Amino acid sequence: MKDVDQSTPDSSLSRVPEVGCAPIGSATERRLAELWESAPGWRGWLSTVDHKTIGMRYLVTAFIFLLMGGVEALIMRLQLARPDQTLLTPEQYSQLFTMHGVTMIFLYSLPILSGFSNYLWPLMLGSRDMAFPRLNALSYWVFLFAGIFLYASFPLGEAPNAGWFNYVPFAGLEYNTGPNIDVYALGMVLLGISTTVGAINFIVTLFRMRAPGMSIDRVPILVWGTLTASVANIFAVPSVSLAFFLLWLDRQVGTHFFDVLNGGKPLLWQHLFWMFGHPWVYAVVLPAMGIVSDALPTFCRRPLVGYSAVALSTMATMLLGFGVWIHHMFATGLPTLALSFFSAASMVISIPSAVAVFAWLATIWLGRPVFNTPFLFFAGFVILFVIGGLSGVMTAAVPLDLQLNETYFVVAHLHYVLLGINVFPVVGGIYYWFPKFFGRMMSETLGKWSFWVMFVGFNLGFFPMHVAGLLGMPRRIYTYAPHMGWTTVNILTSVGSFVFAAGILLFLVNILVSLKRGVPATSNPWDAPTLEWAVPSPPPAYNFAVIPFVASRHPLWEDRLGEGTGRSSLEQGYLLMEGRETIGTTPLDATPDIILKMPDDSYAPFFLGLFSALVFAGLLLHWRDFTLLMAAACSLSLMVWMWPRNALVQRVPDIECDKEAAHV
Amino acid sequence: MSEAMQSAQALPVGSEGKRSGGWWGVLALIVTEGSLFGYLLFTYFYLASQSEQHWPPDGLPVLLMPGVNTLILLASSVFVWACERCIQRRLMRWSLASMALALMLGIGFVVIQLNEWSKLGYDMTSNLYGSLYFTITGFHMLHVIVGLVILMVLLLWLALGYFDHRRYAAVTIGGLYWHFVDAVWLFVFTTLYLTPYLY
Amino acid sequence: MNNSESGFRHGVAGHYAFFLCILAAAPASAASSENDVAPLNYFLHSYGPASTPTMVLGWVFAALLIAIFGSIALLLVWAVFRKRPAVDPRSIGREDEGMPWIYIGTGISACILFALAIYALITLNAIANPTHAPALTLTVTGYDWWWKVEYEDDDPTRSFVTANEIHIPVGQPVLVKLKSADVIHAFWVPMLAGKTQMIPGLANQQWIQADVEGLYSGQCTQYCGVQHAHMGLEVVAQSEDEFRTWQDAQRGDAEMTAGINAGKSLFLDRCAGCHAIRGTEAVGAHAPDLTHLNSRRLIAAGLLTNTPDHLAQWITHAQDLKPGARMPSMALTATELNALSAFLSTLN
Repeated sequence: MKDVDQSTPDSSLSRVPEVGCAPIGSATERRLAELWESAPGWRGWLSTVDHKTIGMRYLVTAFIFLLMGGVEALIMRLQLARPDQTLLTPEQYSQLFTMHGVTMIFLYSLPILSGFSNYLWPLMLGSRDMAFPRLNALSYWVFLFAGIFLYASFPLGEAPNAGWFNYVPFAGLEYNTGPNIDVYALGMVLLGISTTVGAINFIVTLFRMRAPGMSIDRVPILVWGTLTASVANIFAVPSVSLAFFLLWLDRQVGTHFFDVLNGGKPLLWQHLFWMFGHPWVYAVVLPAMGIVSDALPTFCRRPLVGYSAVALSTMATMLLGFGVWIHHMFATGLPTLALSFFSAASMVISIPSAVAVFAWLATIWLGRPVFNTPFLFFAGFVILFVIGGLSGVMTAAVPLDLQLNETYFVVAHLHYVLLGINVFPVVGGIYYWFPKFFGRMMSETLGKWSFWVMFVGFNLGFFPMHVAGLLGMPRRIYTYAPHMGWTTVNILTSVGSFVFAAGILLFLVNILVSLKRGVPATSNPWDAPTLEWAVPSPPPAYNFAVIPFVASRHPLWEDRLGEGTGRSSLEQGYLLMEGRETIGTTPLDATPDIILKMPDDSYAPFFLGLFSALVFAGLLLHWRDFTLLMAAACSLSLMVWMWPRNALVQRVPDIECDKEAAHV
Repeated sequence: MSEAMQSAQALPVGSEGKRSGGWWGVLALIVTEGSLFGYLLFTYFYLASQSEQHWPPDGLPVLLMPGVNTLILLASSVFVWACERCIQRRLMRWSLASMALALMLGIGFVVIQLNEWSKLGYDMTSNLYGSLYFTITGFHMLHVIVGLVILMVLLLWLALGYFDHRRYAAVTIGGLYWHFVDAVWLFVFTTLYLTPYLY
Repeated sequence: MNNSESGFRHGVAGHYAFFLCILAAAPASAASSENDVAPLNYFLHSYGPASTPTMVLGWVFAALLIAIFGSIALLLVWAVFRKRPAVDPRSIGREDEGMPWIYIGTGISACILFALAIYALITLNAIANPTHAPALTLTVTGYDWWWKVEYEDDDPTRSFVTANEIHIPVGQPVLVKLKSADVIHAFWVPMLAGKTQMIPGLANQQWIQADVEGLYSGQCTQYCGVQHAHMGLEVVAQSEDEFRTWQDAQRGDAEMTAGINAGKSLFLDRCAGCHAIRGTEAVGAHAPDLTHLNSRRLIAAGLLTNTPDHLAQWITHAQDLKPGARMPSMALTATELNALSAFLSTLN
């Protein structure tokens, strides 16, 4: 090897970033498009690292899982509509309720929000991509493969069947010999990889990739929501991955973590599971609350009331969310003192949520509502949020929870918070950003119909569950006797669930119709304030022809918000086009810090995702050599990926590469 | 027009030390992997505190070889740190030697630990303690092996002349991962080998 | 005052007295049977100090939270529909306003939550322990999918085992120790107390007390497998005398009359592997103790009432009635079934 060549010029290692304009159609802009666009056909499909494509894939895939989980629910509702029905065997029912939970909670509720965030973050933050584009692609592929993995045994009638929280000893080998629980355990560890790398990507993107001038107090609330959820995830996901891995070890290797006869403890599972599970439920609602906090103000024609309070309340909720997991275990016989602490904490956690609710109420009150479809979803969301939150306050009281726990009251609560705080904002968010994604408006008529059918159906379906729970109906029963007094509420719920499903169907029809025949959309059809509305609809591959300089929270409203706010520069900014580039900024003040070189499209994420999934398949099938081979393939893919590249200036530039760079 | 635009300051390009994306990425990775070990040690303490039998069942753990091994691992970290310092001071041959030595010490740690494992009278299925011991040290061993592959690859890249005092982000990033693996070992060592002496 | 007024007042008093009688009579008729509506309705019915404070807590919380919801819903509707002065459609509201909403709203919410939390903790304290030492201790062990009930006594000859039906003396706290033989179950008799998980390897416990005589339904409330839906139990609260009579009868071995040898040998041959009958060689420990089978109102953990027909159906078609239960559908000829039924009918 040679010593450092002193004659290597430093110009490729640092330069003054050029400032200029690049209007659509100019040579500069076309050059940018060439740099950033993916290859057409299957090559581009497998190798793209464009966050918009990946985000859209997340949205579509998660939505498909939503529909699958929904069908599972509808089948269960048919079984439960009347007492003593025999549409399903008890085993089939167990698999359905387990897969319904797994699908909705793991394969829909976070990935759908990852989809929004992936697509929108760089556009909202004024960047050209996420911090780790290839890692982004990997997180999608692993999510897809994990979803397929988790469903692999369903067609064989061997789906996981111990409930989505999978308590031991029932989930142990003694009571559940089949591959079902192993599929669940290994699939969850695999999915955990996707969630973790996705979270890392969001965190680093937030801290490094904002447009100059977008200080931390100017980022949209969706960004705060996803950031908070991502920080929580990197702390919480290892707990559940470990729990499932230990379970798999107990089942397939013969360890004794949950083996009662050898000193193992079933409560260990509950602790590890819920230490993850509770933060998780906040991770799947805080970004959705962020969607509302960003989109509702557009339809109230005013900025959100209490931006700082809402941002702080987001973080407070998540932080407190780590201190309440015992409220899922109130009936396990823990000491009363411990229960009291967690009960109090579970009540306190509603306070930051109240901050958000009043912020939204104030925004509507002080604003001028525009009655279109997204607004309806966001206003309806507030109602559902409050109902879900208040039923949660009831379950937070220990004595009451000892009655309510494991009854349909909790089922009502969790569906109000999950559908109310995740699904409704998601659907509203799709109505809101559909013009940006596809360059077409959705139908207002179909939209309003879909809202009302969904809203009425949802409440008809899930409100009676509160009553069923108060009448003592336990969860997870495949049938019930006529004299229990639950017949009426069950038939109402079943009818309501089908009405709700009809609403979702209308929404789907709206999407399909609008894709073909929607009115073409301008870049800012809603006259909204944030940066994503400054680019064309749909956005070009490079997002921003020039990196803007941001001077306020509402760059597109600055001319009308009054003299106090700064003036952002959207037409003129950093060009950054010596290859795929974007600007890196300091974490808090967003002063330009570094010119980041972005990677080209790559097949490595696809292959690494595939080989990782195959490692887990090998573990599931007990194919040792195959597993080791796939693990080696993973290492190879990773090495290829991580190999220091000249184009990314991860290594000292060669003389030859300098000549290449000069031609760029 | 904002102030940021006025300054015509030159900015570094690409992966420049601790301003690179990879640095932040490895920090986040350390948080999540550290949490994993946190939960593993929680599992140990939870099960140990509730155990009705004598803990550890086979008596107090021997400290000599594991203690020495700890020092070997720490020394390996020192040499990784030294390698980085050498690069900063443009002492490329020394940096290569440091990294090679760090790698040797790391391999030594693995060999000694495998040897220690083979001499224990139990395995991970024997009893609860065995399950815990081998799972925790096993997870750590996995991280060490990944770390060794990283050190090997860094050694290769150094030898190929990829890095100099201006660009060596991969060494910083990979080095931090290795330091993390060593720091975790201190916690694992304390939990498995030292805490039994306290009760 | 004139006659019509006093007559009116008498009339009102009469109606009032009538209502009082109804209310007084209602708790006394707490006995639930198969025809009762909602036997697990703890929200409206509570019959003991382990559950009544919770029931009241539930009403207070529900009423207050519904009122809060109503207020917010009203605010929302008002906010959406209130009349606003006309402005330039392109104008945008001012940034820094509306904070009082957050301060006041959150402030009021916090105060209410604080009060609710205190009240909840006081209630927790009230139900956590019985008012005085329990008069009776029994152990309930959860099995897939039935309940083993053991009445302990210092004198082991006075201890006995039964299944799925618990008798307690009225007005006395009873300590129930909770164990599990296999997976996690949960013991729940909602009109008497909240629930507690039965975790293998762990010894949990809770107390119950019934202040009114009657039958109280219970249900397993932790998913434990395919027949979790059919793991019910019944608590019978009786007067002190009736309880003692029942207890003494349960303590005895099975009294078998003559002429049931065919059935008995069939039982020992086919059933004794799992079931026990004290006073015979049947000592099976995997299934409900049948020593006093006929003293129980329900069979198959609350699935069927205990009639000869139902019993015969259960024996021969258990897997149709409760698919996946550990009880197999026994293949018996008509003669065998008759003999067995005759034998079982003697187990009073």
